[in-house]
Amino acid sequence: MTLLHYLVLSGVLFTIGAATVLTRRNAILAFMGVELMLNSCNLALVTFSRIHGTLTGQVMAFFVMVVAAAEVVVGLAIIVSIYRARRTVSVDEPSLLKN
Amino acid sequence: MDTAVGTGAEAVIFWVIGPLMVIAALALLFARKPVHAAVGLIFVMIGMAFLYTTLEAPFLGVAQVVVYTGAIMILFVFVLMLVGVDAADSVAETIAGQRAIAVLLAVGLAAVLIGVVVTATLPTAVGLTDANAGTNPVGVAHEIFGKTVFALELVGVLLVIAALGAITLTHKEALSPARNQQAAVRLRQRAYARGEGSQVLTPLPAPGVYATHNAADVPALDPQGNPIDVSVPRVLRIRGQELAPSAVDGHVAEIAQGAYLQPRPTSFGELAGETQDPPTQSTASGPAADDPTASGPTAHETTRNTAEETQS
Amino acid sequence: MIDYSWLLVAIPLASAALLLLLGRRADAWGHLLGVLAAAGAFVVGLLVFLEVMGQPSEDRIHDVFLYSWIPAGDLHIDAGLRIDPLSLTFVLLITFVGTLIHIYSIGYMAHDAARRRFFAYLNLFVAAMLLLVLADSYALLFVGWEGVGLASYLLIGFWNHNLEYAVAAKKAFVMNRVGDMGLIIAMGLLFAAIGSVSFTDVDAAVTAGALSTAQVTAVGLMLLLGAVGKSAQFPLQAWLGDAMAGPTPVSALIHAATMVTAGVYLVVRSRLIFEASPTAQLVVACIGAFTLLLGAAIACAKDDIKKSLAGSTMSQIGYMVLAAGLGPIGYAFAIFHLVTHGFFKAGLFLGAGSVMHANGDSTDMRTYGALRKVMLVTWLTFGACWLAIMGVPPFSGFYSKDKIIESAFVGEGWQPWVFGGAALIGAGVTAFYMSRMFFLTFHGKARWVEAGATVAPDDPRPVRHPHESPLVMTVPIIVLAIGALGLGFALTLGNGITGWLEPVTGHYDHDAHHAVLPVPVITVTTLVLVALGIALAWRQYGMSPVPLTAPTGSALTRAARRDFYADDVNEGLVMRPGQHLTRTLVYADTAVVDGAVRGTASGAVGLGQLARKLQNGYVRSYAAMILAGVVLAGIVLHLVRM
Repeated sequence: MTLLHYLVLSGVLFTIGAATVLTRRNAILAFMGVELMLNSCNLALVTFSRIHGTLTGQVMAFFVMVVAAAEVVVGLAIIVSIYRARRTVSVDEPSLLKN
Repeated sequence: MDTAVGTGAEAVIFWVIGPLMVIAALALLFARKPVHAAVGLIFVMIGMAFLYTTLEAPFLGVAQVVVYTGAIMILFVFVLMLVGVDAADSVAETIAGQRAIAVLLAVGLAAVLIGVVVTATLPTAVGLTDANAGTNPVGVAHEIFGKTVFALELVGVLLVIAALGAITLTHKEALSPARNQQAAVRLRQRAYARGEGSQVLTPLPAPGVYATHNAADVPALDPQGNPIDVSVPRVLRIRGQELAPSAVDGHVAEIAQGAYLQPRPTSFGELAGETQDPPTQSTASGPAADDPTASGPTAHETTRNTAEETQS
Repeated sequence: MIDYSWLLVAIPLASAALLLLLGRRADAWGHLLGVLAAAGAFVVGLLVFLEVMGQPSEDRIHDVFLYSWIPAGDLHIDAGLRIDPLSLTFVLLITFVGTLIHIYSIGYMAHDAARRRFFAYLNLFVAAMLLLVLADSYALLFVGWEGVGLASYLLIGFWNHNLEYAVAAKKAFVMNRVGDMGLIIAMGLLFAAIGSVSFTDVDAAVTAGALSTAQVTAVGLMLLLGAVGKSAQFPLQAWLGDAMAGPTPVSALIHAATMVTAGVYLVVRSRLIFEASPTAQLVVACIGAFTLLLGAAIACAKDDIKKSLAGSTMSQIGYMVLAAGLGPIGYAFAIFHLVTHGFFKAGLFLGAGSVMHANGDSTDMRTYGALRKVMLVTWLTFGACWLAIMGVPPFSGFYSKDKIIESAFVGEGWQPWVFGGAALIGAGVTAFYMSRMFFLTFHGKARWVEAGATVAPDDPRPVRHPHESPLVMTVPIIVLAIGALGLGFALTLGNGITGWLEPVTGHYDHDAHHAVLPVPVITVTTLVLVALGIALAWRQYGMSPVPLTAPTGSALTRAARRDFYADDVNEGLVMRPGQHLTRTLVYADTAVVDGAVRGTASGAVGLGQLARKLQNGYVRSYAAMILAGVVLAGIVLHLVRM
């Protein structure tokens, strides 16, 4: 058992999160992918913290958590208002970013 | 590359939880229903909390459960509930080549990340025994409120701004004054004066409740034993889930078939000042009153629209 | 007075500007202002000349600094005037003959609506010509050089409503540009080699041997190209005949007396360069010798009085160029002949103009004849100039041309025989064609009919009313004829002109060198040849009747009538290849240059279209691009670290 395994797991989770953002059309699911990526980063940070024997990594992970919380609040609010305006949460609405 | 820290028990926990987390995370990619994906993510986050604890970060483990699982994921589920079922949930791809690109990039990203991690030269793991000497939360608190206190203040401001932002974004401007009971009555009277709607001024009767059946889906019977369709909640009527009184039990069926029928008045509509020949003036309960035996779905269908207007 | 020599250029230039800017308001008195400006320049020139004359011979070279003209880093050119015997000789010739021709033009152009404009151009020419001869550097000389080219173009095409005249003007302009290119290249070479183009610096550098023989030869040949273009020498001689399209005073002033001699001035002014390069000097002499025979042959064949005179001018300038190419022995004689030629050739042209004026602007000598009875003054003055150009003593041409012929016989090897022989034969041919012109015009039987006389209906002779020209035209001719008669003798008095020019042309000890033939033999041979030429012409054109239309003639005559096919050669060798080259270049420009530009544009558009496909509006595509960037950056970082 080495701490390397945590890092590999972190990488795998990050990749799954990124793939989710690329493939899911539902904005909420894509958003969940982003959260998964953030979490995998936290895992890596905590692992590094243990490797180096300092708590800085954990503090960093803590701040990531807080910022993620703020981000989720705003992001979900945006999704809700978009849903209200367009009756859909698909990120593929082509007219959103075109023209 | 000796980064081994910890005991055999840690390895057991990792090798049990790690693969499960990966499988749960894959739900994000493959689950058809967003709620399933959310549950998978919740599992991942709880697993993450376990791993934090084994990584000598119990504080973060707890925070992970509280913040992510308890707050963020619940928010996600709430929003899922608000938004409901959406066509975007389909896993069918709409952009040409996007899936191939996604697969390619995911494989590439995984190769890069894992390649970097595997080929990296990591120092000998120190472990957090020293740092956590005065328990982990105390150590983290020293860090947060010591070195990074200014960042913490900033994050506090950020959270307030985020909360205000969420309120502003989701706030809905009232386009017209909310309709209270008084206004509803006034509207109904106006509709009655114009000869529109259900032509019922009084509150609608409750659906029939019978001893042998919890019968919110069964229309009430008027004094003549005719079913009053508008008494059934609208949602049930739209779904076609209301029952005929005859389907409930024998006694009610008898009443509905006119066993105790009095000569006059003949219908609920007449009580409400209806004219004598309903077939020509299609009213709310007209057909059912004329022909009590025809109290099937067809009869209910004709009354639906007018009843709907009154109740909404 | 020397400090005010800038007035020489300024007066005619201001007058030209005034006449052009005032427009029709100056029509009434414009010609008078033009004459006054020319005369004023002459007065200033005379005052400067007198002041310089009062100085000792070695102090007669003055550089008048005007202003810093082009101060651009290493390239620093000052505008200044060089006052020395050579430039003053030209100043006097230009302003004096110029003033006379201005006066003559009052009468000649009396009936032309655009007379004021004509005088403006003439003033412009005088100013440019004076700038040319007064400049103290090749750069400023070039300004005057181009100025006279411009004035020449404007004046040849003065009657540009006639397409032929406009084409002639364009031809003169374009052919002069070929020569100008040589002058520019010469200036570039000089600047590259010694970093200056002023006469002082160039002369000092050449004397000090700062230039290699190859450089000097290149500079000399390029200067010669400029001179050849301006002076209508072979191979750029074809424009001069067509330049006769301009009004006759223009032909007299620009294309006989002054502008065309600028090439001779340039060669003499750059004498140190040519002396340093015997090759270039030999080429100068060869071109002069060849052109003097070529021009004489053309002059013999032409029936147009002005074109015949143009051939004669070419031939006489050939003499000057030959003299200038002979080295120190010939410079002074070249300038001497230039001055006397300026007088008698201007007189001949003005006389021809007078004859044309009397004959309804016809230039065909075959329709003249027996005009001496009706145009006595013109006959006498034309006769004086005729004797002068042939070199009959004591007329001025004898003094100048005979010296050149004598000088041509000095030297070693084949050169004296070839050059001397050419000069000698040229003298005989000159006598023939000038006598032919004289007899055709003034003697023989009249080949015209007096207006009002009874004529047979089948008489091919044109109806004319010849009459003597007014005083305003005859007086200048008389003055010029007096110059043609006495100038040669006056200028040789006490070594006059050679001594005067010595500060510029250098000292040459004529007694130390001897001709390959005794001088009396040369002189007598020349006179015999001249007499032979006159006799031949008299026999053919004086005594016998002359047909109205030219006989077919020999192959040589036919070729000479067509300027020895110079136009065909130019068109075949230069114009058509040039046109093809231009068309090819245009095609190349359209296909390659424009194609490249348009190709770049459409390539950019195509790239944009491709990039546009990336901007499809799908958030997930953008996310894919971001992720691709991340992956690439990761790979790169990974590789770099390893």
